[in-house]
Amino acid sequence: MSPIDWIVLVGTMVGIAAYGAWRTRHTNTLNTYLKGSASTQWGTIGLSVLATQASAITFLSIPGQGFENGIGFVQNYFGLPLALIIVCAVFLPIYRRLGVYTAYEYLGLRFDQKTRLLGAVLFLLQRGLAAGVTIYAPAIILSTVLGWRLDLTIVCTGSLVVVYTVTGGSAAVSLTQKWQMGVIFGGMVTAFVVLLMRLPDGLGFNGAAHVAGAMGKLQAVDVSLDPERRYTLWSGLLGGLFLSLSYFGTDQSQVQRYIGGASLREGRLGLMFNAIVKIPMQFFILLLGALVFVFYQFQPAPVFFNRVEWQRHAEGPDGATFRAIESKHAALHVAKQEKIKTWLELREKGDATAESTARAEMVAANGATDAVRKEAKAALVAADPRAQTKDSDYVFIGFILSQLPHGAIGLLVAVMIAAALGSKASELNALSTTTTVDLWRHFRPLAAHDEGRNVRVAKWFTAFWGIFAIGFALFASFAENLIEAINILGSIFYGVVLGIFLVAFFMRKIGGTAVFWGAVIAQAFIFALYFLRHRYPVLDISYLWYNLIGCAACVMLSLLLQLVLPPARPAIAGHSH
Amino acid sequence: MNEAPPPKAPESSNDDAHPGVPLFRTWGAVYAFVIGFFVLVVVVLAVFSHVFA
Repeated sequence: MSPIDWIVLVGTMVGIAAYGAWRTRHTNTLNTYLKGSASTQWGTIGLSVLATQASAITFLSIPGQGFENGIGFVQNYFGLPLALIIVCAVFLPIYRRLGVYTAYEYLGLRFDQKTRLLGAVLFLLQRGLAAGVTIYAPAIILSTVLGWRLDLTIVCTGSLVVVYTVTGGSAAVSLTQKWQMGVIFGGMVTAFVVLLMRLPDGLGFNGAAHVAGAMGKLQAVDVSLDPERRYTLWSGLLGGLFLSLSYFGTDQSQVQRYIGGASLREGRLGLMFNAIVKIPMQFFILLLGALVFVFYQFQPAPVFFNRVEWQRHAEGPDGATFRAIESKHAALHVAKQEKIKTWLELREKGDATAESTARAEMVAANGATDAVRKEAKAALVAADPRAQTKDSDYVFIGFILSQLPHGAIGLLVAVMIAAALGSKASELNALSTTTTVDLWRHFRPLAAHDEGRNVRVAKWFTAFWGIFAIGFALFASFAENLIEAINILGSIFYGVVLGIFLVAFFMRKIGGTAVFWGAVIAQAFIFALYFLRHRYPVLDISYLWYNLIGCAACVMLSLLLQLVLPPARPAIAGHSH
Repeated sequence: MNEAPPPKAPESSNDDAHPGVPLFRTWGAVYAFVIGFFVLVVVVLAVFSHVFA
């Protein structure tokens, strides 16, 4: 990175953080600290909800998904609009009517304290474990490609977010996220424009899309009923609905973004903004990845995109093997380029038979380069069983560093870090709020009436979770496929938590004891499904289904247990809709 | 010692009834629009996949 990149990067990141901390430095009421400013409008809420979900991994891994597997991942978000409508119509009015700080506080009002604690603990467990990943994921990639020290990258980005989140709480989180999303949108549009300009003359978007499509990268909708296929229309609609419903309706890091604000209307419109924007936005990011794939069809492409990892082995004792693989890939890549050019020419002429033959040859040539890429990964594992073999996360950042002009590189690295800070801030804010409201105030009921002390405790818990996340990121070793690791972790817990909330909202006759034990058994069942999937292949299903199964198991077990338990006490007064 | 405020007062149900968005008189209309937009997006994606397949 050049000095101008550093000026853009540090200027935007520190500027936004300092602005957020300064504007919210006088936050001293618990309501503002935990829920944000009472005058927040729908635009800020909408961007805050969007920024919470869009972590740095979104902008590193998702273009990599588009590059490697095409844009089919977009189906993962198909359940989101309907889920947000349900949250708007059912969840949000009840949260606001009861004036709760956390979603789990509602469980205490609806059921009992043990169910509230169960919900809070499941959230803290899942979100606390993910906390380290969201800070580690961008740090490992940025430090690898930019040559930064990993520990310093983690500490610097982690400390920056801790400072303004501790200072201004939820108000600072929403305020900074609005500006961070501005940087993100600006950066992604810049990358798209530069990418189109870097494509070969005469190809244009249309030609690039045809190449990507012919290579199988633009299959956005798959109606297959095969349950082993990870992303289909059906798994997206059903699994995605349950995942989104639990994430947006019951995960405190999201609930906290929309329960504050000027009115119920502002929260609802903020969520509807997300229902409209999210799928096109994810499609756009995946399309970037597919277009980067096309770009590399006309350029010398590395056999393995994590160049640092590759070079480490290429310069080692097995260097000859690695150089041979590289040469083989380069030769096949040149041959593939010729096949693509031939296909494009025949397509232009309109000779259907010749075009069909050329297309088959082009796809076969792509298969041959893919086979060498697999061979390269196998060689890495043979040389070092602990070698990182997933390189798709490095594709987009590699493109940025090698193709974008100076200044734009700084802006795009700022996009990654802005996304990391935005999602991290929501996470810390939610972890702190849940720990303060659902645990500390529960075990210290007398202290709950001292507002100043509550704010101080919430600030300490924010700092604690921030330091915990930094420490976890510094000392833990994470799964290679980071975005999937987070989604899998979420899916293991989200279904059961959603089940508890669905019982709370829609099944008035079920009491706390039934739902508590129903949830515990259902969670044990999901753990069993997950951990036994390798031993029993029949259990090896897409993780999106855990959301549906966990939720259904929790609801069914609660119903069954209530049949043998004494009748539940009447529901809370504010619980009517 | 500051006293913590009680939970927020219940909100008026008028807020619930009117979204205050031009062309949309009820929240039901807003939700119907969002669903319609989602269906349109899925159709456009399917067409996009078909055109460039």
